[in-house]
Amino acid sequence: MQMPAPSADILARRTRITRRLREVLPGDAVIDDPIETRAYECDGLTAYRCPPLAAVLPSTTEEVAAVLRLCHDEGVPVVPRGAGTSLAGGALPTADSVILGVARLTQVLETDYDNRFIRVQTGRTNLSVTGAVEADGFFYAPDPSSQLACAIAGNIGMNSGGAHCLKYGVTTNNLLGVTLVQMDGTVLELGGAHMDAGGYDLLGLICGSEGQLGVVTEATLRILPKPEGARPVLIGFGSNEVAGACVSDIIKAGILPVAIEFMDRPCIVATENFAHAGYPDCEALLIVEVEGSEAEIDAQLGLIRQIAARHDPVEFRESQSEDEARKIWLGRKSAFGAMGVMGDYICLDGTIPVSELPFVLRRIGELSEQFGLKVANVFHAGDGNMHPLILFDANKPGDLETCEVMGAEILKLCVEVGGCLTGEHGVGIEKRDLMNVQFAPEDLEAQMRVKDVFDPKWLLNPAKVFPLAASESRRAG
Amino acid sequence: MTADALAVIRPQSEAELAEVLRGASAPVAIRGGGTRPVGLIQPGGVLETGGLSGITLYEPGALTLVARAGTPLAEVEAALAAEGQRLPFEPMDHRALLGTTGAPTLGGMVAANASGPRRVVAGACRDSLIGVRFVDGTGNVVKNGGRVMKNVTGYDLVKLMAGSWGTLGVLTEVSFKLLPAPDSAATLVWDGLDAAQAVALMSTALSLPWEVNAASHLPDGRTALRIEGFEASVEYRAEELATALARFGRSVRLSRKDSVTLWQQVRDVTPFASGQGAGDVWRLSVKPSDAPALAASAGGDALFDWGGGLVWLRLAEGTDLRARLGTFRGHATLIRASVEARRNLPSFQPEPAPVAALSLGLRARFDPRGLFNPGLMG
Ligand SMILES: Cc1cc2nc3c(=O)[nH]c(=O)nc-3n(C[C@H](O)[C@H](O)[C@H](O)COP(=O)(O)OP(=O)(O)OC[C@H]3O[C@@H](n4cnc5c(N)ncnc54)[C@H](O)[C@@H]3O)c2cc1C
Repeated sequence: MQMPAPSADILARRTRITRRLREVLPGDAVIDDPIETRAYECDGLTAYRCPPLAAVLPSTTEEVAAVLRLCHDEGVPVVPRGAGTSLAGGALPTADSVILGVARLTQVLETDYDNRFIRVQTGRTNLSVTGAVEADGFFYAPDPSSQLACAIAGNIGMNSGGAHCLKYGVTTNNLLGVTLVQMDGTVLELGGAHMDAGGYDLLGLICGSEGQLGVVTEATLRILPKPEGARPVLIGFGSNEVAGACVSDIIKAGILPVAIEFMDRPCIVATENFAHAGYPDCEALLIVEVEGSEAEIDAQLGLIRQIAARHDPVEFRESQSEDEARKIWLGRKSAFGAMGVMGDYICLDGTIPVSELPFVLRRIGELSEQFGLKVANVFHAGDGNMHPLILFDANKPGDLETCEVMGAEILKLCVEVGGCLTGEHGVGIEKRDLMNVQFAPEDLEAQMRVKDVFDPKWLLNPAKVFPLAASESRRAG
Repeated sequence: MTADALAVIRPQSEAELAEVLRGASAPVAIRGGGTRPVGLIQPGGVLETGGLSGITLYEPGALTLVARAGTPLAEVEAALAAEGQRLPFEPMDHRALLGTTGAPTLGGMVAANASGPRRVVAGACRDSLIGVRFVDGTGNVVKNGGRVMKNVTGYDLVKLMAGSWGTLGVLTEVSFKLLPAPDSAATLVWDGLDAAQAVALMSTALSLPWEVNAASHLPDGRTALRIEGFEASVEYRAEELATALARFGRSVRLSRKDSVTLWQQVRDVTPFASGQGAGDVWRLSVKPSDAPALAASAGGDALFDWGGGLVWLRLAEGTDLRARLGTFRGHATLIRASVEARRNLPSFQPEPAPVAALSLGLRARFDPRGLFNPGLMG
C-alpha cells in the first residue's frame, strides 16, 4: 500500500507548527514527542504504520476550529481520529500530518426522551451512548462489534453498521444532526432534533465521508425504546448453500429478524476451540434473533423453525434461558478473537446480493485453495455483508502481500456479482486502489467534486478513499 | 435532439439523455409525472423522464428492487404487492393536495424525498434508497450506491440526490430496499385532545416498546396510532397500548377499512386538499415537542404527523409563515400557494450562510451550466 511522500516543506516547519498548535491548545493537548506520537501511528489496520508530525487532543469545538484554521493556514494535512479502531486505515497518518483526536470530547450534552434523541460529543464510545439511556429503557441501535472501544466520531466517519442493522439500519439511518467544523475553521450545524433536512441532505453526505469533509464534534442521535425481549436460535446446516437458501426463505416469508448471522465450518471450528460455546459440528450455521413479547417471539420462532425444517437442519437450538441465549451469541461474538489466536488475518467486508451467497462462498473456497491461505467466513447474512477472514503469517516474507492479492480477488468477485467493496468498514487506504473496480472515472469524479466543495485545498485525510492517481492533481493543488 | 428553450424532450434511454444534456444550451424543468410542482421553476424547456421506464430487477428474497426513474410508482407498488412486500416509507401522493393529475414516478418521489406516516419509524425515502444512476449537468452518467443494503464504498451521493428536487442531476435509475408487508394492522383513535395533549400522547406511545409505526393528530381533533405485524402480535400490542395510554382517555379501534382511509388521509394531507379558496399549505419539520406552540403561533389549521415532527399548516393565502414564527429550530417549506406568493417568498427554507455556500457549491459542481430546474431550492 503506497502513501504519498511527506512534504519536505511541511516537515521543515515542524517546530513552528507545533509551537503554533501550543498557542491555541493547552500544553498537554499537543503531542509531538516521537515516542508518544507512536500511539497514533496506526489504527485497526495494524499492517501499516507511520507516526504523525503531531497529535492534538482538543476539548471543545472551538479548540477544534482553532486547530483546523491553523493547519489550513499552514497547509498541513489533518487526519481526524476517533478511537482508532478502523479496519481500513481510515485514521492512518502520514509523517507530514496532524492527527486530530476527539478522545477528550466525551460529554453527553442532552438527553430528551419525549423527542427520543441524545446529543453527545463525538469522542464518546458507541456503547456508552446506550449506557447513558439504558436505565430509562432506551438504546442507540447501531452496534458495531467494536462498540466497547469505537467512538461515535468514527461511526459517523465510516457510517458503521452492526449485527442488528437488518431491522434498525446503520449509522446514517440513526443520525439526526451534527456540529461540523470545516477545514478552514468554519463551524456549522446540520440537522438537529427534527427529522429531515431542509435543503440538500448534507448530513447524509457527511456520514461515511471518512473524515474527508469536516470534523464532527457533536452528534444528535436517534434513540429507541428497548424491545420487551429478544431471543436467538442457532440452526446448523449440512452445507453453505443450504444455509444461504434458508436465509432467503426467512426473508421472503415476511419475518424480519433483528439479526441473521452466518458462520462457516472453519469459523465454527476456530471459535469452538477458543470459546467453547458448544456449537454443533456442521458445515454452516445461522444465528437468528427475533424481538418482542414472549408470545411474539414464540410465534416468530415457530415460523422460522418451519422454514428451517424444509432445509434439513442438522440442529435447531432454541435458548430456554438468558444463559443459553448468551451461549448462542458467545461463539459469534468471539469469532474475531478466535481467529486472532490462530494467526494474523485480514478481515474483508464486501457486500453481495443475498441470492449470490452460495456461489460466492464456493468461489472463496476455490481462491483459498489457489492461494494456499485459509479463509473463515462470519457475517451478517440478512443484508449480504460478508466478512471473509484470510489467515496469513506476518513473519513469513510475502505472506501479507499474497493475502492482499487474494483479498482483492474476493472483493472484485463481490463487485462482479452486483455487490460492493465495503459494507461497513469503509475504504480508507485498504480498498482505495480497488475503487476503479466498482466505479467508472465519472463516478469518482462526482465524489471528488464533493470534496472540492467542502475542502477545496484537500487537506482533510487527503490520501484516503480515492485511488492516489485519481486524486493526485487535487492533492498537489 | 437538442434541448431548445420551451421544447419538450423525452429521451428513451439513459444514453440518449446524456447526449441531449451534453448538447443542451438552455435550462429545462425535469418532469416525471408532474404531480409534485413545488416551488417555482423559471420558464424554459421541459425534460420528461417517462421514456425511461420499467423495473430492471426485483429480488423478493433479497428485499431489493431496481427500476428506471420514469417508472410509474403504481407499477412498482403493484409488483411489490404481488409478492407481499412494499416500500417501507409509505410515499406521500401529492395529487390531492396540489390538485395535480398524472402518474407519480419513482424519480419524482426520490427527488422530493416523499415519505409518509411510517417515516417516523421506518425512515424516509432516503433511508430506503440504496442506489442511483443519474446524468449530471455536463452530460456524464454517474452511479452511486448499488443494489445491496449495506454499502459504504465512497461518498453517499444516494442521500444527496434524494430530496434534491432535480437540481443536481436527472435520475435515470433508482434502487430500494423493501420490507415485507405485514398481514395485520390496528389503528387506535382518541378524540378531542388538543395539540399539546396529542403530542404528549404520541411521544409516550413512541417511547413504548410496542412499535407504533404511525402517530398523527388530525385537524378534526382525532389522534391516531397505528401498529402493524402478524395478527396475534398486533392484538397483543393494541391492548397494551390502550392500557398504557388510558390516562389520555378511552380509545376506539378502527375497522380495517377505516384504518386504511385514515392513514391515506394523513399521508396525502387530504384534509387540506386543493380547491376554491383552500388556502396556502406549508410543511414544517421540527422537534415534536416544539410543534404545538409553533402551530399555535402560525394560526390556521394544522395536521401533525410523525408524532409531531411534521406539521402541515393551512394558512390564509400569501401568509409569510417564516416571518410569523421568527427564529425556530427546523425548517418550513411552502408547498402550495399562488404563483405570485411563490414569487414573493422562497419555497424552501433559506439556509445559514455557511450551509448555503456548500449547497451552492455542490450545485455549481454538479450542474455547472445551470440547466436543471432553475429557481428551485433557493
Ligand atoms: C474487532 C473489531 C470489530 C469491528 N466490528 C465492526 C462492526 O461490526 N461494524 C462496523 O461497521 N465496523 C466494525 N469495526 C470497524 C470500526 O470499529 C468502525 O469503523 C468504527 O466506527 C471506527 O470508529 P473509531 O472511533 O475507532 O474511528 P477511527 O478508526 O478513529 O476513524 C474512522 C474514520 O473516521 C474518521 N473520523 C474519526 N473521527 C472523526 C471526526 N470527529 N470527524 C470526522 N471524521 C472522523 C477517521 O478519519 C477515519 O477515516 C470493527 C473493528 C474492530 C477492530
